[in-house]
Amino acid sequence: MSLLAVEGLTKHFPARGGVVRAVDGLDFTVRAGETLGLVGESGCGKTTTGRMLVRLLEPTGGRIVFEDRDITHLGGRAMRPLRQELQIIFQDPYASLNPRHTVGRIVAMPLTVNGIRPPGGVKKRVQELLELVGLNPEHYNRYPHEFSGGQRQRVGIARALALRPKLIVADEPVSALDVSIQAQVINLLRQLQRDLGLAFVFIAHDLAVVRHFCQRVAVMYLGRIVEIGERDEIYERPRHPYTRALLSAIPNVAKLGESEGRIRLSGDVPTPMNPPSGCRFRTRCWKAQDVCATEEPPLTGGVACHFPEGAS
Amino acid sequence: MSLSPEVLEPVPVADAAPVEKGVVGRSPGQLAWTRLRRDRTAMISGCTLLLLMLVALAAPLIEVLYGVGPHDEFKELLTRRGAIPLGYAGGVSADHWFGIEPGTGRDIFIRMVYGLRTSIFIALASALVTAGIGVTAGILAGYLGGWVDTVISWITDFALALPFLIFALAIMRPVEMRFYGPRDEVPVWFRVTVLIAIFAAFGWTSTARLVRGQVISLREREFIEAARASGAGLGHILFRQLLPNLWAPILVSFSLAVPAYVTGEAALSFLGIGIVDPTPDFGAMIFRSIAYLQTDPAYVFFPGITIFALVLAFNLFGDALRDALDPKSSR
Repeated sequence: MSLLAVEGLTKHFPARGGVVRAVDGLDFTVRAGETLGLVGESGCGKTTTGRMLVRLLEPTGGRIVFEDRDITHLGGRAMRPLRQELQIIFQDPYASLNPRHTVGRIVAMPLTVNGIRPPGGVKKRVQELLELVGLNPEHYNRYPHEFSGGQRQRVGIARALALRPKLIVADEPVSALDVSIQAQVINLLRQLQRDLGLAFVFIAHDLAVVRHFCQRVAVMYLGRIVEIGERDEIYERPRHPYTRALLSAIPNVAKLGESEGRIRLSGDVPTPMNPPSGCRFRTRCWKAQDVCATEEPPLTGGVACHFPEGAS
Repeated sequence: MSLSPEVLEPVPVADAAPVEKGVVGRSPGQLAWTRLRRDRTAMISGCTLLLLMLVALAAPLIEVLYGVGPHDEFKELLTRRGAIPLGYAGGVSADHWFGIEPGTGRDIFIRMVYGLRTSIFIALASALVTAGIGVTAGILAGYLGGWVDTVISWITDFALALPFLIFALAIMRPVEMRFYGPRDEVPVWFRVTVLIAIFAAFGWTSTARLVRGQVISLREREFIEAARASGAGLGHILFRQLLPNLWAPILVSFSLAVPAYVTGEAALSFLGIGIVDPTPDFGAMIFRSIAYLQTDPAYVFFPGITIFALVLAFNLFGDALRDALDPKSSR
């Protein structure tokens, strides 16, 4: 049984002279305790997807099913108990903490707004949470500006954990941090995932981070999933040309100087206001044929391509 | 080139053992207070304000100590013809520190003490009502957007387009006539209430605009989304998450609104539609003093200089407060 199932999820934003098809028909599932990585370039709809999953954005179409309940259009009051199971960690640790609140108040906020009184008191619970994410529980009364970026992100993680959620959407949780701090935060998330049995939807553009953290990976391009599968499948045997191109762009110290095997994509990502007909990747794909322009390849067997690698 | 020995010498490490300075963090407000304390202009203007407010608060006590009331008349100290105060500088003496009024013979000092009370009360009350309405309207317009924003912004623009002084002149008499007959005495509290209402009706718009702008810039911040994702209601987001981030602009606009209302009230009283004569008030005093500008110039001097000091102190303090709350702003 899957914890979260997404079917045909769509988000269109009205814009001057048309609609931006930010997310255009996503299908995926997340099992309990599983980590799904959502990767893709900027503007491919990763963040929009994450916001829709925790219902910060209203989907235009499709369904979100959480624990066998359709939560796609659930109203505020009915959504409340479910909000406790679905939490989000944000990208920017400087914008995600209220600068006028103490760390204790920030972490206690989910408890306060839901009227939850944990045994032993809110303060005790908050201090446990701070300890859990590797912060000094004595720093309860400090303000966000007194912490570094990595520490702030830990505060954000503690806040997301306060309601004991089952699924956390992590929206590029480390991309705003220094590389040395990234590893610490990723390791913390991994440890929490194992200890607490959390499921994650991990949004990132850094493929190395995703490989380290995620069990399954979904690759997005222009509002659609082009390939989804087990981590090792994706990284060892990518089948979609876009996935191959992305992976070939990871710098490899062992193959320094070799330009062979490196795929350079030409051109820019087309505008999501007017995506190409058929396969959306065809304008930049070196394997594109006539059929790619007329027929949109369905996501079958984990890949949406008319000419997947290893099949010909 | 070799490095000099003192460069290579290990510098005594100051931060090797950071002294744990307690676990209580310093809030942004406390930091602003520290900056304010270091600002000399803020301290001088703040002390002036404190002194003037204390005088206004303690007016009955001062009256007892001074021994003269605001309505006591000393006609024997005036000349028989023209009723000009005897002695120098408008009759300044040990009994009457700032002299006495020509015509009526009332003591200027004690009238100013009570006038300060009227001025500061009206200005503070107007600023409070203004801030209350403005913040509520601005925060709702900014956060909710949509038609709420459209309606509130339209009202704001409309109120800003109305000429305040002409509107005030036009409305004061009809309002009085509505409640009191043409020959009835209009009580002071009624005039004060109408004044505050007029100031509030026109003043809230600028606060609302300021707050609306701030809220729009804060609305998309991730800490607001975090609260929404946790299931926080509208009240929590508006008053627990947004409001604490708005105190700085609200305080600054408040402290700059007060002097504007002091002069506004004085101007209306000067024009005869605010507070009228028997009640001690700066505007009314200056209005009376104009008639005696040539014969008794000292009469205009004391109330004039005091209202000047009051307004200047408020403005300087407001500026200093803004600098303290937002150290990045450079003027």
